[in-house]
Amino acid sequence: MSTHSIRVVINGRAHSASVEGRLTLSDFLRTDAGFTGVHVGCEHGVCGACTVIVDGEAVRACLMLAVQADGCQITTVEGLAAPDGTLHPVQQALRDEHGLQCGFCTPGVVMTLVALTRGPKRPSRDVLLESLSGHLCRCTGYQGIRRAAIKLAAEDA
Amino acid sequence: MKPAPFEYVAPDTIEEACEHLAAAGGGATVLAGGQTLLPLLALRMSQPFVLVDIQRIRDLVGVKPAADGGTRIGPMTRQSAVIDDATIARKLPLVATATRHIGHHPIRNRGTIGGSIALGEPAAELPATALALGAVVELRSTRGTRRVAAEELYWGPYSTAIESDELMTAIDFPDWPADSIALFRELAPRPGDFALVGLTGAVSVREGRIARAGLAWFGMGPTPIRARQAEAALLGQTLDKLEVGEVAELAVRETAPFDDHHASAEYRRTVGRRLFARTLNEAVSVRRSA
Repeated sequence: MSTHSIRVVINGRAHSASVEGRLTLSDFLRTDAGFTGVHVGCEHGVCGACTVIVDGEAVRACLMLAVQADGCQITTVEGLAAPDGTLHPVQQALRDEHGLQCGFCTPGVVMTLVALTRGPKRPSRDVLLESLSGHLCRCTGYQGIRRAAIKLAAEDA
Repeated sequence: MKPAPFEYVAPDTIEEACEHLAAAGGGATVLAGGQTLLPLLALRMSQPFVLVDIQRIRDLVGVKPAADGGTRIGPMTRQSAVIDDATIARKLPLVATATRHIGHHPIRNRGTIGGSIALGEPAAELPATALALGAVVELRSTRGTRRVAAEELYWGPYSTAIESDELMTAIDFPDWPADSIALFRELAPRPGDFALVGLTGAVSVREGRIARAGLAWFGMGPTPIRARQAEAALLGQTLDKLEVGEVAELAVRETAPFDDHHASAEYRRTVGRRLFARTLNEAVSVRRSA
């Protein structure tokens, strides 16, 4: 068993910690750093609930070790809304389109859509809808989530 | 579940990684993108003593011309980078197409081409694609360097010719003519799931006749399976006289599918036959009308 010192920036704030090699990034973010918006469902990469943004890219936090994130910039769902509570456009779209019910899968869906729409060029509707295949939702029947994704896509697509 | 305890090391160079692997005496596992290994660790189907994380080794990333022609891809090149790479799009469009079918967007951001090819999941897209196109992998250890053809690499599910002290350091794809026809189709219950039946490969046509064919199945047996008899039957054929049904029959005869909770072997053979015929038909009819 090995322990390792890591330094990460989570939602703009630096954190340092000593972690066991086998600790997943999802458990680190929830249990050690307190970002419980990272939802842990299946713990083996199927459900998508734990998706976070690491160095600009959406990744499954359960499929990465905390020690692998040493030196990385991490964004969780807690880091999206403005300090005054104004929602991120992706969050607003999901809210407007009734894209959530119980909310368990929502942070993962949000982080994937945020990662894909943060560049200067909006992705096509097909790209966003395809990305939803990586997220399991047991409540909504997906139609509200699909509408939100379509709203976020490039107009001409 | 949570992974069992292990030592974690993250070397900066290939040499250091090989030393770690040699020192562990068979108890080490290489961590590439981790998108299959981490589930295996979490489910405790894999319990290594040492995990050698190769994500810091810069020499393992990138796409460049191979020394003897063809294209050399670094095994730690992320799948998302493979999809976006201009050289791969131009020279190995089949590799880009196959990679697009892997898992989901966040999985492809971490998953690597080498991780998939080294692991040898029989229903995965990339091992079969490496086999179909005739790729060769370079393996390094403290004992030296050797090259193994994808043809010789796969022994069984997750069982390969790669020794426990060896690290894959390159994947060399041979050149295929620029106008080769890429063939790719998989049937999966949902997008991103492992294929129930999959076919990948390329056919190149010279003066109206098929001059070269490389075809492989995935999800149709304990390893990816090259459709050798079908390839041989295709050679020399003209596109307009092709007996697609007969070739499909030959191709399915070489498979060894099994019954599992996703589908029966008979289902896989039936679907495989149709999928093969449809894919080949579509590819040649596009070419005929072009």
